[in-house]
Amino acid sequence: MIISVLDHKLLRELWHLRGQVLAIALVVGGGVAVCMMSLVNYSSLNDTRDHYYRSRMFAEVFVDMTRAPQRLLEDVRALDGVARAEARVQTSLRLQVDGFDDPVSGRVLSLPDEGEPRLNRLFLRAGRLPDSRRSNEVVVIGSFAEAHDLQPGDSLGAIINGRWQALRVVGIAESPEFVYVIPPGSMLPDYHRYAILWMAERPLAAATDMVGAFNSVLIAMQPGAVEQHLLDELDRVFRGYGSTGAYGREDQFSHRFLSEELKQLRTMAILFPAIFMTVAIFLINVVIGRLVATQRDVIAVLKAFGYSNLQVSLHFAKLVSLIMLLGICLGITGGVWLGDAMATMYTEYFRFPEMLFRVPPLPTLAVVVVGLLAGLTGAYAALARAFRLPPAQAMGPEPPPTYRHTLMERALAGIHFSQPSRMILRSLERRPLRTLMSVSGIALATAIVVLGTFQFDSVNLMVHTQFSRVQQEDMTVSLVNPRSHRAAREVVRIDGVRAAEASLAVPVRLRSGHRSWRVALVGLTAASQLSHRVDTALNHVALPGEGVLLTEFLLQELAVNAGDLVTVEWLDGSGERSQVVVAGGTREFIGVGAWMALPELQRLRGHGAEINQLQISIDPDRRSDVLEALQDRPLVAAVSERRAMLDAFYETLGRTFLTFTFVNSLLGGVIAFGVIYNTVRISLAERGRELASLRVLGYRASEVDHILLAELSLLMLVGIPLGWLIGQQLAILLIWLMQSELYRIPLLFTERTLGLSATVVVLSALLSGVVAVRRVATLDLIEVLKTRE
Amino acid sequence: MTETVFEARGLTKVYGEGQLAVHALRGVDIELYAGEIVVLLGASGSGKSTLLNILGGLDTASGGTVRYHDLDLVAASERQLTRYRRDHVGFVFQFYNLIASLTARENVSVATEISPDPMDPDEALAMVDLQNRGHHFPAELSGGEQQRVAIARAIAKRPAVLLCDEPTGALDSKTGIRVLEALARVNRELGTATVIITHNAGIAAMADRVITLSDGRISEVRHNSNRADPGGLSW
Repeated sequence: MIISVLDHKLLRELWHLRGQVLAIALVVGGGVAVCMMSLVNYSSLNDTRDHYYRSRMFAEVFVDMTRAPQRLLEDVRALDGVARAEARVQTSLRLQVDGFDDPVSGRVLSLPDEGEPRLNRLFLRAGRLPDSRRSNEVVVIGSFAEAHDLQPGDSLGAIINGRWQALRVVGIAESPEFVYVIPPGSMLPDYHRYAILWMAERPLAAATDMVGAFNSVLIAMQPGAVEQHLLDELDRVFRGYGSTGAYGREDQFSHRFLSEELKQLRTMAILFPAIFMTVAIFLINVVIGRLVATQRDVIAVLKAFGYSNLQVSLHFAKLVSLIMLLGICLGITGGVWLGDAMATMYTEYFRFPEMLFRVPPLPTLAVVVVGLLAGLTGAYAALARAFRLPPAQAMGPEPPPTYRHTLMERALAGIHFSQPSRMILRSLERRPLRTLMSVSGIALATAIVVLGTFQFDSVNLMVHTQFSRVQQEDMTVSLVNPRSHRAAREVVRIDGVRAAEASLAVPVRLRSGHRSWRVALVGLTAASQLSHRVDTALNHVALPGEGVLLTEFLLQELAVNAGDLVTVEWLDGSGERSQVVVAGGTREFIGVGAWMALPELQRLRGHGAEINQLQISIDPDRRSDVLEALQDRPLVAAVSERRAMLDAFYETLGRTFLTFTFVNSLLGGVIAFGVIYNTVRISLAERGRELASLRVLGYRASEVDHILLAELSLLMLVGIPLGWLIGQQLAILLIWLMQSELYRIPLLFTERTLGLSATVVVLSALLSGVVAVRRVATLDLIEVLKTRE
Repeated sequence: MTETVFEARGLTKVYGEGQLAVHALRGVDIELYAGEIVVLLGASGSGKSTLLNILGGLDTASGGTVRYHDLDLVAASERQLTRYRRDHVGFVFQFYNLIASLTARENVSVATEISPDPMDPDEALAMVDLQNRGHHFPAELSGGEQQRVAIARAIAKRPAVLLCDEPTGALDSKTGIRVLEALARVNRELGTATVIITHNAGIAAMADRVITLSDGRISEVRHNSNRADPGGLSW
């Protein structure tokens, strides 16, 4: 292959400009990396989920009831739209694990006595399925097995249906039904304290008095079947059997949370790249434009020799494309790697048996094309300017640019400016567009870092609000069956329990028009000291005597306001409904909920003064005694601890979210550096002659540095606060797009966020400043002054 | 006896190393006296610019000695050279090198602000006949005017020597003569020793001495018994 002279020039120039080339590549790479990270992360998780659901035959419709006779299954199978239906038995249980004193609750589900289930098939990680002839064999979910290092052959103690039973682990498995494993009533996974077990149907039915009956049905629909229609039919079939209402995947816990998380990831996969690429494109445009502008005389010489505009354009297009491609390659490599790492981290709490790694081809191609176009348009604008000049004029010394006295000088007429200060002010004011670009570059770099870091404080506020303003109880005790208030008195007598407050949590579906939401409606005592609701200012909201308080998010979802009526559909198989007035909204950041005064809830239910939960506060030094005492009480179904939830939050959602955020701010820092470094380098290139003149006149290097650095400081002085403002606006947008039933990030800007973003930008500036100072020190005065630029 | 400003002995300058080495100066002995005008003539590459740059503290010699009064320019540190340029030397270049964002007067102030004993910028501009153009920016001045601003900037600090590298190189003859008149006037009124590099032999008549360099050595030194007035020159 013959390499033309121009190509030689190109390669040498790339080498000569390597500092700037690298800085531009970093900006491009940073933008592309964020895009790729989000894309790969989202696509991989999405594909993994779809593949898992398909290969493991994840059911589409679910019904839970108290007890239904086997023959009803045939009725279900005969329903229009049902492709497959399978009945099973399930119940809650408590577990004892050797060497782990905390309360462990869980759920055990039946597997067919013969062969594999046809729906919700297990993925066996180790061991085998349980043998229906043995009453003690169980398969344990992977999350719990890993948390306690359980292997096939290990044993567990369990209380099923009030009876203690020794169980033997024969297998470790995952299920599409429990990708996200959360204890009932919680929002967060807790692998140590919540387990899913599977037993063969015969022994489980025997243990739960369910022989010849079932209490859970899984259904796969025929293609084209209408889900709502089927749900209505199922509700009709199971009316009178204690059904809590048939529901689709949308209301299936694991799927719902997984979807919420994926929805957030998709938002991030669109929003972050959109912001980063916009910033990167803008900066590249500026930087490349200036780079080409410094080649004005070269362009003229080439044209004088008879090169056409097209040839010259192609030459620069190559130069720009190479720089952009370098950045794009850096970005794709880094982004794919980060995306893969992120997806792998997600699988630590999303229980997928295997992770599919996927780089989505079309979006990737789009990223490459957008990146290249960004560079080329920047170059095009500069080339067009260069081509407008006749070659002779372009080759001659550039006429001195026109300057004026600045407005600022006139405004500050009383102040004596030194000549170098005047130089700075006038050059800033003479090219307002360029100044604006530089300021915008710094502002956007600041904004990106703000966007990446504000969430740390916001997440802390979110957790603080939830766990020290809202949930002030140490433990929540769920009772086996609804009880009277005597249960509270029984528990408060336990040594170490300081207070116990009764509450009632009832599964309901809230309806308003065509909108509905499944939620636990919780009745609290009016004088509750342990469980509070808070308003937007995080002040406690008193429980209304009448009506229901809803999380603001739920108000939005149901499109209701205070004073409106909502329909409460009791999911207890009765099919009954009540009308309740909305008393107001509350502002929890985590989860969604509905609350009302306990007496009113009890009145609506009509079952007397029943309760099924206790919020207790304890003496922290007596924690294990309290736990032990609670374990012994037959009325206790499960105990959850606030501290464990806090840990779980940080370990799961917190960790993945904050890692994502951290990587974003890191890449934001890289972009910030790229922008500022280029600003300084270009300023240095354009000013070389003037700076050399000053050096010849006897100005010290430090006095000359002052011009470059003071200009940069001025730009930063305007750019950083502007960046804070832009970052805040972007954060508002992000928060709005990211709100989900899982959590809503509060908007919080602390000095730390502002300080951190400013520090990143200032550090970038210092680093670039060092480069500038070194350049000034080695400025070849003779060379610069003898040759025209 | 006239005071010696510069004294150079056996001055050499080599760029590069080994086979690629270029000997720009091959042993130059020269003195420069207070108040005189010297024109340095020579072909391109004869070493005249190198000599001027070494005298001006912009470059350092490879061998030999150069003294400015008591200051040894060969041994001087970067810091001392900056100080030396700041206090004692004025430069005028072919391409003016004015700062585009500063007015004529401010361009002169750039030099006076850091000088221990400067003249008033307006006074400096008056010496080059630009007293009425002080508030104009370089873009609003002709080439000759820009070069006269450059001269005003160079002399405003009352330097002992004024070093001019092709000061008329970018100008037509009529404008060039006005620039040379400015240089002659400064020399006459301030007594500044002035070295002018040119390859235009026509200018030589305004000098006290004409030194010709060829191939890194002084090939001829000529004394003019009568300095010509620049107004009468032509080329």
